[in-house]
Amino acid sequence: MEFSYNIEGGNFSRAGSASSEVKKILKQLNVNPSVLKRIVVALYEAEVNVVAHAYEGTMQVNIDPSVITVVINDRGPGIPDIELAMQEGYSTASPEVREMGFGAGMGLPNIQKNCDELSIESKINEGTKVTMTTYFN
Amino acid sequence: MTVQDIISSLNLTVCSGKEGLQREIKGGYTSDLLSDVMGHAQEGDVWITLQTHKNVMAIASLKEVAAIILVKGHLPEEDTLEESNNEQIPILSTPLQAFEITGQLYKLLHP
Repeated sequence: MEFSYNIEGGNFSRAGSASSEVKKILKQLNVNPSVLKRIVVALYEAEVNVVAHAYEGTMQVNIDPSVITVVINDRGPGIPDIELAMQEGYSTASPEVREMGFGAGMGLPNIQKNCDELSIESKINEGTKVTMTTYFN
Repeated sequence: MTVQDIISSLNLTVCSGKEGLQREIKGGYTSDLLSDVMGHAQEGDVWITLQTHKNVMAIASLKEVAAIILVKGHLPEEDTLEESNNEQIPILSTPLQAFEITGQLYKLLHP
């Protein structure tokens, strides 16, 4: 099964709506609750990253009987140093975004912890592609 | 223990989400960093925070927390309140600060 959602950069009032849709689908599919909880954390963090840092993006979800693959593609500033961005506590979020309680530098580490495979490709001034894979068993 | 049970014991005001007052409470989590809550709160927790904007509800719903307690008399913003009603996850408010209400909730849950 394949699903695709648009993510609007800068629009925090809709942040999490794509993740919420995917969660509903996975619940209907009776995915193991502990696996589902991990996927939801990773999805939300990736979605919020697009909202906080990029202009626009898409979340493409591919669900097989044994595995879920999610590709989040954005048009945005890109990540100059991915290794640095992966460090807990490192963030380039704006003061406004931090005031809301985002931008603590925990998003990418949360994604890493909550999926089985993670790959991040990024081009400066073009965008970022995050691919996460999680197995249901 | 349900959300309803802690309202009178902790002297909380119900701001929204009345239809979720029978939710079962399993624990609590106190934090204002959204990614911290996303990564560490558990289903059935009461989430204690001073954040009042709508993203709080996105997280509350994704994590399936039992209820939210806003500290220091904070009240939810209008769209936060609507989402709380839609999701049937109550938002409660206390004049106390986070340390005090967390301690009181902890005592209730771990007598």
